[in-house]
Amino acid sequence: MTSTEVHDGNALPTVETARKLGVLPEEFDRIREILGRTPNFTELSIFSVMWSEHCSYKNSIVWLKTLPRDGERMLAKAGEENAGLVDIGDGLACSFKIESHNHPSALEPYQGAATGVGGINRDIFTMGARPIAQLNSLRFGNPELAKTKWLVKGVVKGIGDYGNAFGIPTVGGEVFFDECYNTNPLVNAFSAGIVEVGKVAKATSYGVGNPVFIVGSATGKDGIHGATFASEDITDKSNEKLPAVQVGDPFMEKLLLEATLEIIETGYVIGIQDMGAAGIICSTSEMSAKGEHGMIIDLDKVPTRQSNMHGWEILLSESQERMLVVVEKGKEHIIQGIFDKWDLHCAQIGEVVAAGPNDAGRLHFYQHGALIADVPAYDLVLGGGAPQYHREYREPAYYQRFKQFEISSVPDTSADELTAVAKHLLSHPNIASRRWVYEQYDSMVGTANRSTNRPSDAALVRIRDVKRPDYSKGIAMTVDCNSRYVNADPFVGAQIAVSEAARNLTCTGAEPLAVTNNLNFGNPYVPEVYWQFVQAVKGMGAACLKFGTPVTGGNVSFYNQSSDDGPVFPTPTIGMIGLVENPEHQMTLDFKETDDLIYMIGVAKNDIASSEYLYSYRKVKESPAPQFDLEEEYTLHQGLKTLIQQGMVQSMHDVSDGGLFVALAESAMPRGLGFQVSTDKNYRTDAFLFGEAQSRVLVSVKPSQQGAFQKLLGADLKLAHTLLGTVTAKDFVIDSATVMTTGEAKDLFDNSLGKLMA
Amino acid sequence: MKFGVVVFPGSNCDDDTVYTLQHNLGQNVVKLWHKDHDLQGCDFILLPGGFSYGDYLRTGAIARFSPIMNEVIEHANRGGYVMGICNGFQILVEAGLLPGVLLRNLSQKYSCRNVHLLPQSKKALLTAELPQRAYKIPIAHGDGRYFIDEDGLKRLNDQDQVLFRYCEADGSFTDEANPNGSIDHIAGVSNETFNVFGMMPHPERASDEALGNIDGRYILEQLVSTVLI
Amino acid sequence: MQFVANINIMPIKEILDPQGKAVKLGLHNLGIDQVDDVRIGKHITIRLEAADAAEAESKVKTACEKLLANLIMEEFTYDIQPA
Repeated sequence: MTSTEVHDGNALPTVETARKLGVLPEEFDRIREILGRTPNFTELSIFSVMWSEHCSYKNSIVWLKTLPRDGERMLAKAGEENAGLVDIGDGLACSFKIESHNHPSALEPYQGAATGVGGINRDIFTMGARPIAQLNSLRFGNPELAKTKWLVKGVVKGIGDYGNAFGIPTVGGEVFFDECYNTNPLVNAFSAGIVEVGKVAKATSYGVGNPVFIVGSATGKDGIHGATFASEDITDKSNEKLPAVQVGDPFMEKLLLEATLEIIETGYVIGIQDMGAAGIICSTSEMSAKGEHGMIIDLDKVPTRQSNMHGWEILLSESQERMLVVVEKGKEHIIQGIFDKWDLHCAQIGEVVAAGPNDAGRLHFYQHGALIADVPAYDLVLGGGAPQYHREYREPAYYQRFKQFEISSVPDTSADELTAVAKHLLSHPNIASRRWVYEQYDSMVGTANRSTNRPSDAALVRIRDVKRPDYSKGIAMTVDCNSRYVNADPFVGAQIAVSEAARNLTCTGAEPLAVTNNLNFGNPYVPEVYWQFVQAVKGMGAACLKFGTPVTGGNVSFYNQSSDDGPVFPTPTIGMIGLVENPEHQMTLDFKETDDLIYMIGVAKNDIASSEYLYSYRKVKESPAPQFDLEEEYTLHQGLKTLIQQGMVQSMHDVSDGGLFVALAESAMPRGLGFQVSTDKNYRTDAFLFGEAQSRVLVSVKPSQQGAFQKLLGADLKLAHTLLGTVTAKDFVIDSATVMTTGEAKDLFDNSLGKLMA
Repeated sequence: MKFGVVVFPGSNCDDDTVYTLQHNLGQNVVKLWHKDHDLQGCDFILLPGGFSYGDYLRTGAIARFSPIMNEVIEHANRGGYVMGICNGFQILVEAGLLPGVLLRNLSQKYSCRNVHLLPQSKKALLTAELPQRAYKIPIAHGDGRYFIDEDGLKRLNDQDQVLFRYCEADGSFTDEANPNGSIDHIAGVSNETFNVFGMMPHPERASDEALGNIDGRYILEQLVSTVLI
Repeated sequence: MQFVANINIMPIKEILDPQGKAVKLGLHNLGIDQVDDVRIGKHITIRLEAADAAEAESKVKTACEKLLANLIMEEFTYDIQPA
């Protein structure tokens, strides 16, 4: 093949065109080297999206590779398939992943969030797994701003409308507000599904002569260069680049789900991949590279929504609800029949060809009879020829400054002030009930959500197996990251994020299994930002290793930064799943009966650093991460599991945002109960009640079990514990003073966020 | 007794409904495909919840013209039992098998949560024998505000066609207990001949001990026990 | 004086209209298969007070641009008549 045979009708691009497409001069040289000639515009566009941060992880992969990725339950290595895959026994596996849609949501929150939900679910069901539950992790700016309200309402409605119609329950998540997200909100969507171990579909392509199908929606000019767009700073000019917004169609996605699972069931599917960022080019190159074969694709056969689309537009289009499927030759009619049944369009657009003598498979794209692009698949993809960079990093000045914080510089909470602080925290948008949000999501479809009527720290979803109606195992899942801690100390903060996720699962009665991460950071070319990234990856790796929860994959989102606000808090969201083998061991967070004894397990500390109390009540923005020790945390978790398995506790709830007081309130409110507790005068009152020092859990214990409980904790588990008081019928009483009634607390807690968004 | 659950494109409670009838109520159930014309000898047809045809245009409006709806309507006109839950209720209303209409929730928002229902009709087999108390059942809809004109409402009440009303946990009626602004707190209705039922709340989502609430099973059991006689 | 503005808001043609697509499928299933394309938008009628037609138009245009239409995804046309 010589260069004169590959032309797309345009003059050959220059290094300047390359720059406009986001391709660096040295990358342009590398492309010329790979092709042995200057690429035409179509080919250059192909490289530009495939080598963008979004597809190639070029600025993060060297660090991501340091994360622990192996474990006896891992059935797919990180990045190898569309999503991570974990063996849960009995011939079943759980496929799960988290993905960001930050930049699209900043522009058009409704469609941005909706298509994010669509994309993550396609990653799950293209593996042959039926999604069983979704979570999401959302971060917004100051909730008082009109723009923030617009974003929150749009994102929540977008997630709801898409997920609800798609028919997979949204069972949990997190919402956090801080001014650092004013311009750049974060929208991370998580989905988990179940698949029989032998029936996992692969994202691969092989077998000379096997037909290649495109299935689902027609291809339009949606999100052309969207992948590149995602890799650039948001400026006021962003609006001119439209249409970078794609419209989601959950109805189409639902049909695609059913049809996909049906075709995979036939056994005639060689490979299948969702078309996410960079559309056809991404799926053809990644599948071909994996299967070490080439493809010949006729772009005239791709169903399009508009006439006269350029070849590069068809290749790069990010139109939603599409898949690429490679099928066993001769079985086309069977696959076609299934798509017809579901009223889905499917078109054969090409076939698999052998790899050449000097390459591992080339992609040949034709349009109007001419070869418009000829590129080696391997060189396009992550793990192949895509560039990998070591970026410079430098400790930012603020890091040491935050550590200078002295608790003595802040007055302690006086007895008279307790009610004011309590009200502030329970009504604070970062702590108040997310009811206004989650009631807009269908959390119960699938009749599998065990947490609807039994509140717990993590959501627990039963695996409903039609073939085994008595099957009772469940998957617990959670997404966690306190980005204020990560900002204060990325290494410790990321460790805390992993620990809190594991703690939430443990407090639900689950054994933590594995992690998916969504690393949201600012511009990686800023050394101080990249330092945050490196430190966070290191912290995350250390904690994942300790808990035996390998990282199965995830997503990196850089450039969450604007000229006005600077970078967002570094936000490495942790999605973690855990297994509940025995549903009897499901643990809940709500106090059950009056007179039950309330204990705190773990050690109180004179620490208010980075707490919501210090940050928003005392308005001290600069302090280090809360006190944390990974060994202490790990030991705590092992003890908690024993307590649950031996049936020693009535409830268990982790102490996190808002400290011990908020944990007490959250345990009391579900059943309209109260509590009567005493503070420990060896500590400052604010630190004891509102501090967010880690590795602490609140439990309630039947009086009849007090002896056994104390013996187990003290003699056997050797865990520090403090008797705080008792569960009462009403009122929150601290040191004999009524801080508020349960009714007042519930009203503030339940309705504050809704009132703010009204 | 054989149950048939119709699968429309976009149905998403079809599997839940089948699972509940099969495993929680021990019934014989088959799925019926919307493009077919065969009810496979089913005695009781259920239209499940979901977003048939994406709920685009109007909820239930397109599904109502699915091929199998001809047979479902014939079955109902012959006196056969038909029940619609949530989107199924919306389809039955569009098909003219049940009176009234379902409008956008008063809040203009989709809402999913547990609510309480008080059984009403003494003539419909779904509710006639149900002990009088509030049943905790989930709702999950954006268009569940039941509306009917004044004459229609009078007729419903006079003929005892209201199946359920939204209430508080103690059975009292308050504005707060009405989750979507339905007229007269109506959560479900029957036709005049008491063989077609529709309700917005999802009893199949509250029928399994594993989920910590079986109030819905008490309701669905009425179908089985009463019809079998 | 009083004016009445009739405003049509449509998804821009470059963008997918899932609603129109599903309705088209419904029409085909009904046997009306000559239907080639369906697109669904909104019709909004506004009654407003303005000094003259030019002011009325400027107000309507602002209303469309600022609130009624989402210009990222929708386009609008209007017709303004004295009431």
